[in-house]
Amino acid sequence: MTALLEIRNLQAEIAGRKILDGLDLTVNAGEVHAIMGPNGAGKSTLSYVLAGKPGYEVTGGEVLFKGEDLLAMPPDERAAKGVFLAFQYPLEIPGVATMTFLRAALNAQRRKRGEEELSSPDLVKRVRETAKNLGIDAEMLRRPLNVGFSGGEKKRNETMQMALLEPLLCVLDETDSGLDIDALKIVANGVNQLRSKERGMIVITHYQRLLDYIVPDIVHVLSAGRIVRTGGKELALELESTGYAQYQSEAA
Amino acid sequence: MAAVQETVDRVRSIDVEQYKYGFVTEIESDKAPKGLSEDTVRFISAKKSEPAWMLEWRLEAYRRWLTMTEPGWARVEYPKIDYQDLYYYSAPKPKKQVSSLDEIDPEILKTYEKLGIPLREVAMLEGVEPRPGEADTAKRKIAVDAVFDSVSVATTFKEELMKAGVIFMPISEAIREHPDLVKKYLGSVVPTSDNFFATLNSAVFSDGSFVYVPPGVRCPMELSTYFRINERNTGQFERTLIIADKGAYVSYLEGCTAPQRDENQLHAAVVELVALDDAEIKYSTVQNWYPGNSEGVGGIYNFVTKRGDCRGANSKISWTQVETGSAITWKYPSCILRGDNSRGEFYSIAISNGYQQVDSGTKMIHLGRNTTSRIISKGIAAGKSQNTYRGLVTAHRKATGARNFTACDSLLIGDQCGAHTVPYVEAKNSSALFEHEATTSKISEDVLFYCIQRGLSQEEAVGLVVNGFVKDVLQQLPMEFAVEAQKLISISLEGSVG
Amino acid sequence: MGAAIRPARTIAELGLADIYATSRQSLPGGTDIAAVRAAAFNHFALAGLPHSRVEAWKYTDLRRLMRDAKPLAAPPDIKAKARVHDAGALFATLGFRRLVIVNGAFAADLSDLAGLETGLTIRSMAEALALDEPLLSQGLGPMVPADEPALALNTALAGDGVVITVLPGATIERPIHLVFVNTGAAAAAMVTRSLVVVGGGARATFVETHEGPDHQDYQVNTVLQLVVGDAAEVDHFKITREGGAAVHVATLLANIGARAKFNELGFTAGGAVVRNQLFVLIAGKGTEANLRGLSLLAGRQHADTTLAVDHAAAGSQSRETFKAVVDDEARSVFQGKISVRPQAQQTDAKMTTRVLLLSDNAEADGKPELEIFADDVQCGHGATTGTLDDQLKFYLMARGIPEKEAEALLIQAFAGEVVETIGHEGIRDALMDATLGWLGQRG
Repeated sequence: MTALLEIRNLQAEIAGRKILDGLDLTVNAGEVHAIMGPNGAGKSTLSYVLAGKPGYEVTGGEVLFKGEDLLAMPPDERAAKGVFLAFQYPLEIPGVATMTFLRAALNAQRRKRGEEELSSPDLVKRVRETAKNLGIDAEMLRRPLNVGFSGGEKKRNETMQMALLEPLLCVLDETDSGLDIDALKIVANGVNQLRSKERGMIVITHYQRLLDYIVPDIVHVLSAGRIVRTGGKELALELESTGYAQYQSEAA
Repeated sequence: MAAVQETVDRVRSIDVEQYKYGFVTEIESDKAPKGLSEDTVRFISAKKSEPAWMLEWRLEAYRRWLTMTEPGWARVEYPKIDYQDLYYYSAPKPKKQVSSLDEIDPEILKTYEKLGIPLREVAMLEGVEPRPGEADTAKRKIAVDAVFDSVSVATTFKEELMKAGVIFMPISEAIREHPDLVKKYLGSVVPTSDNFFATLNSAVFSDGSFVYVPPGVRCPMELSTYFRINERNTGQFERTLIIADKGAYVSYLEGCTAPQRDENQLHAAVVELVALDDAEIKYSTVQNWYPGNSEGVGGIYNFVTKRGDCRGANSKISWTQVETGSAITWKYPSCILRGDNSRGEFYSIAISNGYQQVDSGTKMIHLGRNTTSRIISKGIAAGKSQNTYRGLVTAHRKATGARNFTACDSLLIGDQCGAHTVPYVEAKNSSALFEHEATTSKISEDVLFYCIQRGLSQEEAVGLVVNGFVKDVLQQLPMEFAVEAQKLISISLEGSVG
Repeated sequence: MGAAIRPARTIAELGLADIYATSRQSLPGGTDIAAVRAAAFNHFALAGLPHSRVEAWKYTDLRRLMRDAKPLAAPPDIKAKARVHDAGALFATLGFRRLVIVNGAFAADLSDLAGLETGLTIRSMAEALALDEPLLSQGLGPMVPADEPALALNTALAGDGVVITVLPGATIERPIHLVFVNTGAAAAAMVTRSLVVVGGGARATFVETHEGPDHQDYQVNTVLQLVVGDAAEVDHFKITREGGAAVHVATLLANIGARAKFNELGFTAGGAVVRNQLFVLIAGKGTEANLRGLSLLAGRQHADTTLAVDHAAAGSQSRETFKAVVDDEARSVFQGKISVRPQAQQTDAKMTTRVLLLSDNAEADGKPELEIFADDVQCGHGATTGTLDDQLKFYLMARGIPEKEAEALLIQAFAGEVVETIGHEGIRDALMDATLGWLGQRG
């Protein structure tokens, strides 16, 4: 069976500086992978390269998504194929109501997949239900996207988008940053509901804390642009007590 | 819904090269000889069977115009206009006396059909057909006074308006039928000596709309005019006069399209609004005239003088404009806040792409006590265009308690264009409180990437962000217009991102 | 189109032509300088005195405000020099290096030229001109916008001033105080020109004060050309406290290099008609410019600050903060233009102007302008005009503070927002004292 995501010897640079240096990773449908590592290891870069952010130059290796060359696709096509990036810092868009944004995104993806656009009543119903599930107030859906939202609200909004867009691969970039413990529980709960046997997840985090709530199947340590160690969920606990120092020196 | 959807679909397919409204209607025209002289003025006046006082008024303007020079202060550049090389009057030759819609040249009706303008009473804009269970249909109706080149060819909804006592007719008719009203108000806001283009208009204006709403009357429907320039080398000089008598209310919509032409075409309209005590006028414009091709050839020169006079106490005038077309836009819809407690508003979206040049803004002239004004301007420059906001807010000595709030935001798309802000703020009264804010920025790459990661294409993402940027202004438009305007905005920016 | 309009010559314009014709032979400078002067005067003569239809002078109609042209001031005699000992008193106790320019002429005998720091040179402009130095003929020429009439007039008629150079890398700790003073023996014109060149990585502080007697009707046209080298740090203060009848036109031409820090502050509290025009060219990348101004106006004073900041290089930042307090029948004008050229990407520029109107007959005109040709920028301006906050005033009065005192406190707070940004403690305190002095006169 083809893996959901297969990264082979991935090398990437930003502004001429090498960030990813021979990264290998395979994610099968139904698996949740945690990627941990020190600051500057290349965690966020990996997420941006998978999503196709301009400015990140892939200089080697390949990424197959359900057997297709992901790197050859423009970013919106990757999204339509089912790659979702939950941003560490979700962007604010003044004047664009959250509902309007969700409609635009959902229908753009459906169009690209050759599916019917959702009618307004259907869409509103789906959004409301999903929002309610995540404790998102209907009033928030009318507010401009992320404008004036608290850190917790922004992350809940990301989770809501993930639930609505039903991606096959979710990449969560430092979803725990800026969240207090209550907000973290709500977001983690939302993410856990999305775990399914068709879907894979990559949870990027610096701290073990998030993994108490989103329990991974496999934990990787990323350092200096490559995976240096892979283990079960107990690896996260080990890292919590030992820190990243040994991996940093290893890489250096 | 259908009518607008059609318009929208048609407009959607516009691009700089292929302006779909660029068809030419094959009909015979009745033209004045080329060039401008006293004879031209007399010809126009005679064509309109105008009374002698009107001809005198025009001639006085013409003589004044001869002594004036074309203004050069705006940030626009264009080759010198040869005013003797234009036709100043062009009317479709009526096959016979027009007494009903059925008798109008079918070619002209077809033109309007292509434009998606609901000339017939049944064809209304979006949502006009009453929805089940919707009682208040009157509000959704739009009366259209269509101006085809220079002559109003038909006026719809006349009867219903008559019942309310509202006069809505071509100004040429009003000159004959309501001379007292016209005499009293014409030129009272924009005097014949006002500026080069307004004075030219005063001499040669051919037609336009006239609206009078009597005291205490709330006009039962939105009034609308579609302007269209058809004849080659025809300067179009509309004249619009709207009067809201004491306690009256009227909302007026103006939409413009013009066929594709290689030669630049001059358009110099004058719009005068008068609001008496407690009256309110809301004037909305969506302008998408031909902007010229991708090389900057052709396109409309839009030199327009629009001014409202809040003559009475507690009166209000609100201008809303969405400017996406024309090669050159030179336009400053203004408010003279003469009456105590009067209020002026200006909401503007000006989008320039290709080689378009926009120099637009407003003047808020505070004369009365406790007058307030609000300016929200959103400029978007793309391609190789130049987009300038130019505005004046002034409080005179006696304008105690004057208040103004201004916000001018500019967005740049690409590094070949320019966005400029030139506000003049003049306070001659210590109790005046003026606040002005302006920003210029570009669309954040990060925001675009965020949208694209959610599946939107680059252009959809730009459209979404821009529509958010202009939302405060779009909200001011009547609903039917807002939908169309929103689409137009996205269309105008097509090809602006690579 | 303005060029086509050529109204009849005014008495002042005719007077200036006369002055130029009679004094051109005696003005300092060799043939190169004379040629620059002639070209400049031609520019001026073509356009005449600026008037309200000249956009940059829209609110300061010099043709109307300058009724006649005063003759160029005679060199100061011993009596005149004796009268200037207390000039520049605001900073007298701070130990600055004083350079005194009396009635338009540099007075070396009154100036502190002893013990110049390494890397610092100071000369009289008249001497430098007499040597026809290329630095000057070039400096007087290209940096001057040809169509700027006040500047052209200065180029044509300037008699003296100072030339200061700070060599690259030098740090001049002691602020240099240019004391411009008019003794008022006769109704005269002072046309001065100074050039300050601060080399790369150097640091220096310059303070200009301009003053004169209230009883004399005199005219000042002063220009400072300032070149700030790469990575240099320069503070420049200009304090204008001319006499009550004076017409004072000042031009700052600043050319700022890369990675430099330039702090400018103008303080205006005197003169009948004051025009401060600043042309700041940010020519290098990664520079920070901080431009501030405070005008305190009363009586029938007219003060115009016209600022043009030209971002010509990428990645620089500028902050413009201008405030005015306007009482009686005074008039404040502020025109500020931020231009960003196509290559000046990542420019970050923000302009704030605030005017406080204290009287019904006071007037404020403003024109904050943005001219942007680069897309990746963050530019903005905010402008407010209004009177004292009644609620704040009431709050203070409710605590037992008399009305005038409450007003004074609020005005002080308003002005303080500019003055408090001054890094140099002595200058900050002196200007706060000057502000309090102005408030005290208000009674």
